Amino acid sequence: MDLIKIAEQAFAIEKNYPEFKSGDTITVAYKIVEGNKERIQMFRGVVIRIKGQGTKKTFTVRKISDNIGVERIFPFESPFIDSITVNKHGVVRRAKLYYLRALRGKKARIKEKRM
Amino acid sequence: MPGLIGKKIGMTSVFSAEGKSIPCTVIEAGPCVVTQVKTVETDGYNAVQLGFLDKKEKNATKPEVGHAQKAGTTPKRKYVEFKSFKNVLALGETITADIIAEDVVVDVTGVSKGKGFQGVVRRHGFGGVGQNTHGQHNRNRAPGSIGASSFPSRVFKGMRMAGRMGGDNVTIKNLRVLKVIPEQNLIIVKGSLPGAKGSLVIIEQ
Repeated sequence: MDLIKIAEQAFAIEKNYPEFKSGDTITVAYKIVEGNKERIQMFRGVVIRIKGQGTKKTFTVRKISDNIGVERIFPFESPFIDSITVNKHGVVRRAKLYYLRALRGKKARIKEKRM
Repeated sequence: MPGLIGKKIGMTSVFSAEGKSIPCTVIEAGPCVVTQVKTVETDGYNAVQLGFLDKKEKNATKPEVGHAQKAGTTPKRKYVEFKSFKNVLALGETITADIIAEDVVVDVTGVSKGKGFQGVVRRHGFGGVGQNTHGQHNRNRAPGSIGASSFPSRVFKGMRMAGRMGGDNVTIKNLRVLKVIPEQNLIIVKGSLPGAKGSLVIIEQ
C-alpha cells in the first residue's frame, strides 16, 4: 500500500485548491476541450460529498439548474480543473448531504457559517 | 534488451497529461543480483542468471547456499535466466529498476491466479444453453457433445472440458512503462498483470 502511494505521488500534479468541506458552496472552473479549442466552464453549487483518497479522491457538487437538480463528480487529480473558489462556508451536521436531494427551494438552504 | 525480476505490488489509476484516467500496475523490480554468468565456452550459450528477494539461510539447501556464495550473496527466493542482456555483467553485480527506460514497451510474465476446478463456460468460454424452456432440463452450463459415436469410438485429445483453471504462466506483451522510480525500485506499467498482489513477475524489454 505504501509503495502504491509513492507511485501515485510521482504522478500527482501540483495544485493549490482552497480547503472546503461538505456544505460549502464552491465554484469549479472546469476546462472543456472542443475540437482543438479550450474554454472554461463554471460550475457553482453545494459540495454534498467528498470521498476516496489518494488519486481516487473525488468531490460531488450539486446545483439546481432550471428547477432540475444537477450533480457533478470531480476527481481532485483531474488536470481539467482550472481552479476552485469557495463562495460560502455552510453549517452542516453530516459529511454526506444526500438529504438535499429530497428537498427543494427554501428547505434546501444551508445556513452560512460566520467566519 | 535487459530484464528484471519484480514483485507485483498492486494496481492504481493515474491521470495522463491529456486528462485520461489510465489503469496501471506498480511493480517493485529489483534489486536483482547476478548469481551466474553463462558463456559459450562453459555452457554452450550466453546467459545471465539473476536472483531476487532474500531467502533465510536455514530455508535454503546447501547447494543453494554454495551457489549464492560463489556470487558473494545470500540465497534468493527466485532465480531467472535472461539470454537477452547486451552488455556483459559481472558475477555479484546488482541490477536495479533504472535499467528499464521510461516510455518503452515491456513484456511481463507471471503466474495467473488459480481459479480451481471450473466448468467449460468459465474455462473455455462456451456459450451454455441460454434457454430454460422448450424442454430444456437443468443442463444450462453443460458442454454438450464431445464427439461422434462408433467412429472414432474415442474422445479426441485436447477436447476442451472442465478442469483446473488458472495457475498458468502468462505473458502480457507490450505493456508501456509509464514511470520508473529508481529510489524505491518501482516500475509503473499501463494495464494489468497476471497473478495476485505480492506474486513474482519477470519483466523483459
